[in-house]
Amino acid sequence: MNQTPSYMGAPSTSGRFGDFGGRFVPEALMPACLELETAFVDAWADPSFVDEYRSVLHEFGGRPTPVTYLERFSRRCGLEVFAKREDLAHTGSHKINNVVGQTLLTQRMGKSRVIAETGAGQHGVATATAAARLGLSCTVYMGELDTQRQSLNVFRMELLGATVVAVTSGSRTLKDAVNEAMREWVTCVDDTHYCLGSVMGPHPFPWMVREFQSIIGHEAYAQLHERGVGVPDMVVACVGGGSNAAGIFAGFANTTSRLVGVEAAGGAAVTNGSPGVLHGMKSMLIQSEHGQIEEAHSISAGLDYPGIGPEHAYLAASGRAQYVGIGDEDVLEALQTLSQLEGIIPALESAHAVAWILQEAGRDIPLGSSVLLNLSGRGDKDVAQVRDILRDRQ
Amino acid sequence: MKSLEATLRTLRDSGRKALVPYFMAGVTEDWTHHVAAAVHGGADAIEIGIPFSDPMMDGAVIQLAAERSLALGTTIDSLCAQLSAQDLGLPLIAMTYYNLFHHYGLLRAAGRLSASGISGAIVPDLTLEESDEWRSVCDQTDIATIFLVAPSTTPDRFARLAATTQGFCYASARMAVTGRASGDGDASRVVEAVRATSDIPTYVGIGISSPSQAARASRYADGVIVGSALVDLILGGATPDDTERFIAGFRTALDE
Repeated sequence: MNQTPSYMGAPSTSGRFGDFGGRFVPEALMPACLELETAFVDAWADPSFVDEYRSVLHEFGGRPTPVTYLERFSRRCGLEVFAKREDLAHTGSHKINNVVGQTLLTQRMGKSRVIAETGAGQHGVATATAAARLGLSCTVYMGELDTQRQSLNVFRMELLGATVVAVTSGSRTLKDAVNEAMREWVTCVDDTHYCLGSVMGPHPFPWMVREFQSIIGHEAYAQLHERGVGVPDMVVACVGGGSNAAGIFAGFANTTSRLVGVEAAGGAAVTNGSPGVLHGMKSMLIQSEHGQIEEAHSISAGLDYPGIGPEHAYLAASGRAQYVGIGDEDVLEALQTLSQLEGIIPALESAHAVAWILQEAGRDIPLGSSVLLNLSGRGDKDVAQVRDILRDRQ
Repeated sequence: MKSLEATLRTLRDSGRKALVPYFMAGVTEDWTHHVAAAVHGGADAIEIGIPFSDPMMDGAVIQLAAERSLALGTTIDSLCAQLSAQDLGLPLIAMTYYNLFHHYGLLRAAGRLSASGISGAIVPDLTLEESDEWRSVCDQTDIATIFLVAPSTTPDRFARLAATTQGFCYASARMAVTGRASGDGDASRVVEAVRATSDIPTYVGIGISSPSQAARASRYADGVIVGSALVDLILGGATPDDTERFIAGFRTALDE
């Protein structure tokens, strides 16, 4: 064995990735967290569960998603850019990978209901979708501000049979939706699973969600080898809580690829944050001088989160991955560029990763590099919002 | 034994049921007058809520109180300075979320609380498993670390939590956040589970909003905690005299 440290394995028994992670929840929720950990460990080691998870993602979720060589975009950047097309997965983003895993687990634990938080609505729609497929009852908590920004997604969830609760506390965005889902979970933990949407929250969520999302990275690794590219020089993904990034990084964490997570500049927890405890985890958080959590600001509801998953905080602290911020203007530009050069309208979240590549080609990214971009979601949900912003400027 | 626990054990031995009202620090300019009024009304210890932006264990009333208090600029330093100026003559217990202490520095926070007359702390999102560091700094400053138990707590956890908590054991009557459920619910079973493993004083909270509920819980518990019902009164514009009458109503019910 060599001396190279290994990344993205299981966390410590207390759920730590280095100094980050752990479990910071009310005692009322501890038994449920422990039950979930046992259930996940058991299921993930059970070939019949893993087979079912893969088969559902294949027949229902549309996996494997392709890797597309972005020819004109590559020429523009002077790079070789490949996109992992999570935008082509069912419900329009990578979120389906996690919810298929968690709803199957819900069923295995004998629970009949799921609750979820959502920011942009992608995780909410995915949860409502997976719940409908299994006949699970579903309630989604969404910040009131986000229900306005993403009203079509609210309707989608309702169409799928879910109940959507608009959260009116705090900043009325994603972090408040998480608070409210946690509060609700306390009251119904016997028959309800909290289907958390990202690599965050108390142990085992950050680990479990990363495992369910790691199919992205493992597929992409095999696909790039098949087409003779091998290990790319760089893997780039947008990061809110960080589930799509964790999923694609998982395939390359122990290779020579540079890993880059792109946060919204107004919610850049690694760049502008400090260590703290929120939503059940110790991680990097944007907070005031007194330790009050600050509101994140981003054009994309999905990245409007003042924290980041604890494993990302660890990957940043250890130097294995690098985290950067991108502002709203560059995101809008990148969304249009990719649409016009490649015929792919990315989600505003994913456009952060596109924007960073455009900005750094020939600077932080040496010309000629091979880059794997995780195109985590499609932009259909954002088209109306982007139209309004662009029209206001004319 | 921490001084808080010695005081609360003596109180129990005297046959008096403990009445512990909760106040959100800084929620109004005159919040310390409300605290003093509660002392006159017959409280035995006071919980001092320190406002946090993301109170995961609290319902709408305490969320609103925290928002108001933060808008008025409340910080650990400001509320400690206000408390230091008082001599209330009974135990003060801080209640807040772990991030505030983590950010302030654990040892510095415990020292600051202690110097302001606070002798206990309830940190509802700090699990037993994550509490070693906090408990060790509390041991240096005579701050008692108080843990909650809940209806969902399993037998092995009851034993470990009851053995670790100091001052008293906080028994949640309900599977709910503060202010959302009324009535003592599963509290008698929860208290019994603590009693089966420890003789620590055990108080019931989360669900106690009226004197009759308090009286009911006091038949099997050593005391009660009254939070959202009182905070709601103060948010509604109550005067310190109103607070004193409110507390006196609970006192009478507990003493009957």
